[in-house]
Amino acid sequence: MPPTIALDVIRYRPEQDAEPAFQTYEVPFRDDWVVLDALNYIKDRLDGSLSFRWSCRMGVCGSCGMMVNGKPKLTCAAFLSDYLPGPVRVEPLNYFPIMRDLIVDITDFMRKLTKVKPWIIRDQVWPLEEGEYRQTPEQLDTYKQFSQCINCMLCYAACPIVGLEPEFVGPAAIALAQRYNLDSRDEAAGERLKILSDHAGIWGCTFVGECTQVCPKHVDPAGAIQQFKLTAALDALKSFLVPWGTR
Amino acid sequence: MSPMSNLAHHHTAYHPRWYRRRMSVWWWLKDRAYMKFVVRELTSVFVAYFAVLFLWQIRAVTQGPDAYAQFMGRLKTPLFLTANIVAFLFVLYHTITWFNLTPTAMVVRVRGKRVPDTIVAGSNYVAWLIVSVIVAWIFTRGI
Amino acid sequence: MTTGRLTPFLWTLFSAGGTIAAFLFPVHLFLIGLAFPLGWLEAPSYEAFRLLIQHPVTRLYLFALISLPLFHWAHRFRYTLYDGLQLYHLTVFIAVLCYGAALGGSAAAAYMLWNLR
Repeated sequence: MPPTIALDVIRYRPEQDAEPAFQTYEVPFRDDWVVLDALNYIKDRLDGSLSFRWSCRMGVCGSCGMMVNGKPKLTCAAFLSDYLPGPVRVEPLNYFPIMRDLIVDITDFMRKLTKVKPWIIRDQVWPLEEGEYRQTPEQLDTYKQFSQCINCMLCYAACPIVGLEPEFVGPAAIALAQRYNLDSRDEAAGERLKILSDHAGIWGCTFVGECTQVCPKHVDPAGAIQQFKLTAALDALKSFLVPWGTR
Repeated sequence: MSPMSNLAHHHTAYHPRWYRRRMSVWWWLKDRAYMKFVVRELTSVFVAYFAVLFLWQIRAVTQGPDAYAQFMGRLKTPLFLTANIVAFLFVLYHTITWFNLTPTAMVVRVRGKRVPDTIVAGSNYVAWLIVSVIVAWIFTRGI
Repeated sequence: MTTGRLTPFLWTLFSAGGTIAAFLFPVHLFLIGLAFPLGWLEAPSYEAFRLLIQHPVTRLYLFALISLPLFHWAHRFRYTLYDGLQLYHLTVFIAVLCYGAALGGSAAAAYMLWNLR
């Protein structure tokens, strides 16, 4: 077991740096340490000026996503021992604007999330005394996978289309749209289809598939988007063949 | 004014200066997964090549036995043999990636339960083998 | 993008073509690219092959076999050019070129298969 391991960490201090550059830190190597532990060691003992986001340390909050050796990872789940002998390259998430060091601006992502109306929409809301909207285990099962998203944005950092097309709504948001489309209590699938049936929505995706590969929660956004495409295509064919039918 | 203080002048707490990265034209060379994706997309070029080759074969048939014999002879030249072997490998890559992605793109449910991905992809391969044998049988035998 | 409301239809053609190419192209390419020229299998005679492709069912089969995969190519290649090389200013040109070629190839196939005797 090596006594130490090197971390090449991107630094960007907008008040003094023209562009981001790597800074190397030597940290103790421990078997049970993840990249986030190493970053916290740097912050506590070596360089208090290093900035990064984190919260829960257990893969639930989705705030510690970074590029580790070029791949988007939750740093709380990326063990140093998987990157021996080092150095480990730590960079802010791809395709997002860098605010400082490892912190990226997520305003755009938040805007895209709300764009797909990720909440239950009904034509008629039942009065309270009618009781709750009930759902069978089978109905829950159709969308459960897509509801596991923690908004960590790893899928955005994995998707070249996100980098190429700033308006592309992106994997997590479309998966979330699909989550509500498939929910038996929701009635706005048609509305979301209109929002997403363009090049900034589902048709911008070319099924690179990396979003699904990097997802720490097995949400499978690539599957959600392709299934959405199939629905959209069938819908378009139907309204073409039966133009007088209900939309 | 030094460049540093110039930058400091541009960045204030209320006017932060964020760094926006540009995507290289060669983005698809920088990651193995992206490279595999681009190869998968480029299999379509060989798909189109074969469609045109087949069209050419039909045209040869319409032009009579001599033209057809000439076409079949041309397929034996090293140029076409090489091209067809390369095209065959790319088309095979298309088949494999297409089948493996099918379960992701299409959810198959039997009695409310989602059929496992390996079974969906596996049945594709089985169907492929059967169809291939039938096609080979018909197209070697003629009528 | 430019194709707008047509996109779902183009994607349907792309998917159908991709499926046809995945299932049928390897065996066809194996036969005429390798097995026949290298003598592993005996190619059908001119007359036998002509009779085979003359059958109405075979004609339909061949039309689908040529036309749909061409649209599959058009769709994929267009996106590859557009995203891969970041040719945003040529979007319309690329779309017209790719789908136009697929349309042209399909028309040629339809013409030949229709007039087959």
